[in-house]
Amino acid sequence: MEPVVHLRAAVALLGRFPALAGIDLDVARGEIVLLRGPNGAGKTTVLRACAGLVPVVRGEAVVLGHDLRRDPRPVRRHVGLLGHATGLFDDLTVADNVRFWGRACGADPGDIAAAMALVGLDGRLRDVSVGRLSAGQRRRTSLACLLARRPELWLLDEPHAGLDHETRDQLDGLIGRAVEQGATVLIASHELDRAESLAHRVVELAGGMTVAPARPAPGVPPAELPVSPTQEREASSASPSPAPPEVSHVA
Amino acid sequence: MTLHPRTTPYGDADGGASAATGGRAAPGNTGSPASRVLGVLALASVALLVLYGLVWSPPDAEMADSVRLMYIHVPAASFLYAGCFITTVASAMWLRRRTPGWDALAGASAEISLLFAAITLGTGSLWGRPTWGTYWTWDARLTSTALLTALLVGYLALRRLDVDPTARSTRAAVLGLLLVPNVIIVNRSVEWWRSLHQRSTLVKLDPTIEGQMLVALMVGFLAVGLVFTWLLVHRFRVAWLEYQSERLDLDLALAERRAEAGHAGEARESTPA
Amino acid sequence: MWRDAALVAGRDLRVELRSRVTTNQVAPFSVLVLILFAFALDPDRQLLERLASGLYWTAVLFAALLAISRSAAIDETDGVRDALRLSGIDPAGVFVGKAAAVAVVLLGLEVLLGVGVVVLYGVDLAGAGLVVLAALAATVAVAATGTLYGALVSGLRVRETLLPLLLLPVLAPVLIGATRAFEAALAGVPADGWPWCGLLAGLAVLYTVAGALAYGTLLEGS
Repeated sequence: MEPVVHLRAAVALLGRFPALAGIDLDVARGEIVLLRGPNGAGKTTVLRACAGLVPVVRGEAVVLGHDLRRDPRPVRRHVGLLGHATGLFDDLTVADNVRFWGRACGADPGDIAAAMALVGLDGRLRDVSVGRLSAGQRRRTSLACLLARRPELWLLDEPHAGLDHETRDQLDGLIGRAVEQGATVLIASHELDRAESLAHRVVELAGGMTVAPARPAPGVPPAELPVSPTQEREASSASPSPAPPEVSHVA
Repeated sequence: MTLHPRTTPYGDADGGASAATGGRAAPGNTGSPASRVLGVLALASVALLVLYGLVWSPPDAEMADSVRLMYIHVPAASFLYAGCFITTVASAMWLRRRTPGWDALAGASAEISLLFAAITLGTGSLWGRPTWGTYWTWDARLTSTALLTALLVGYLALRRLDVDPTARSTRAAVLGLLLVPNVIIVNRSVEWWRSLHQRSTLVKLDPTIEGQMLVALMVGFLAVGLVFTWLLVHRFRVAWLEYQSERLDLDLALAERRAEAGHAGEARESTPA
Repeated sequence: MWRDAALVAGRDLRVELRSRVTTNQVAPFSVLVLILFAFALDPDRQLLERLASGLYWTAVLFAALLAISRSAAIDETDGVRDALRLSGIDPAGVFVGKAAAVAVVLLGLEVLLGVGVVVLYGVDLAGAGLVVLAALAATVAVAATGTLYGALVSGLRVRETLLPLLLLPVLAPVLIGATRAFEAALAGVPADGWPWCGLLAGLAVLYTVAGALAYGTLLEGS
């Protein structure tokens, strides 16, 4: 099975700064993978590179069968990015925003309406200006724009930040539902509890590289993990020891 | 002498080694044997122009001695347009090839063109004083040169922006690409407009000019042209060296970035599980 | 592309409608400019009437700077550029849509200013055909040029000051052409004005094509 995301020693530049200095990442279809790491580790850049927004200058980068190094543009139609920025127009209503972004990607009107219903914004909030909404409601609107696209790969940057519990549950439910329907999800997050329980796998990032071997979320047997080249390199140089089930924290 | 952007006068500059790390000593100036010859020729022709312009050519029947300013003014205007043309072509080439030499050339050419625009306006204005009694007249050429100066100032302002270099080069290239079309449009419309009110009074390349005056004008073209080229070569080289010194050494930057990861990795190892 | 253009034009116009900045701020500002001209030139009615075409189009240009700035600001909102790139929308369509929205706004302002000039400067309307066509051509030219240059300075801290510096010299021919066309119309000699109208139409076409071609590069490369 070809992986949905395949990055090998990927290097990406933001201006003159090498935000990604060597990323190894393989994500299979239907997986939920959590990217974790300190600020500045490159988590957001990995997501944006997979979306084809940041060019990869070295290494291998293939997403959904599209070679990002040759041309990053064809992959964009098939991914959905939920970033820090909302990408919403404050003067327009929720419905206006979702309709605009939905139609911009060529989504069906039916999908657009369904997306708004899924996030619970088809009621009285439909015709409220986005500028008047709370941060959580805005995030839900952005999510609706993503849902309308029906992307095969979800790229979520700190999706739970600033949301209340009810909305987080709702988001997790939507993620689960999407995965059941064949989507793949890549999440970048600081949060330990929430996202980790949702994810099948955790990948650690630091200094623009994948550093630790991919760790299982609690409950997934280690034997089922794919072994990344980083892990192989570390295993051959250091004395081999079984990967501890707990994730150690950087002091 | 070559202006080929992929090479400097000091040999090939490829994507691998930069001037700083390539083992070659960084050059102390932008001179080279070819450009020195050019400089000497330029000086010589300027001297010749001074002789012809001030001494050997006669005063004009109508304009008396002020016609001598034309020997600079007309060539300066011509090379101003040439410089704009170079900027536009270099911008187009940058958009196609994305090699930094073209970006450097576009910027250098625009700066030199601005200098020549000032010279054109200055000589034109000085010419106007004895002829019409004022320093400025809304003559077609002066007016369109003034607008062209504004276009160049705007272009150079865009180049000075403090943004990501690729973004800056892209925007500057699109703007530079529009420079020649703008120049043409402005020229045509201003001339058309002013022709409604007065005939163009500044002398153009009047075919009835003859004798020593024609020679002086030709020498003027030669001298101004050589000076323009010399200035352009050096300004381009300065820009090229600036680019070289700022250029990203990717391997070095990657090593630094990975060092961060190394430290983080070590800290992780030492914490007990 | 046309579908995308219509989508974007609708969006931009809807934003203008909801925020009401044009009606509440730009329109009064442009009328204010007309009034300031009267202060500067001394309301000797004869002088103002003679200069009316030029003053009118100068006021339109100032208003256009504001309208274009607003149009550019819509797409500067955080995350919008990324989302536009991701959506696969045709950049040429985005350009045409934005330019069309600016043109509609400008036409509204021009009608308002036209009324202002008739009332404040005592101008007699004549040569309606030439006036209307020249105004249309000039508006499209200004809108297209402005949208392209707006994209050139979009997202920059210095956008407010750089846009006029870049745009006004480029619009000088439009100012010349539109003023001459209006003068010819008002003087009852439309034959003089039609060539200028042709110039305006040429500029409109040129900048629409240029903008449609360049917008994609600017969207990606900035």
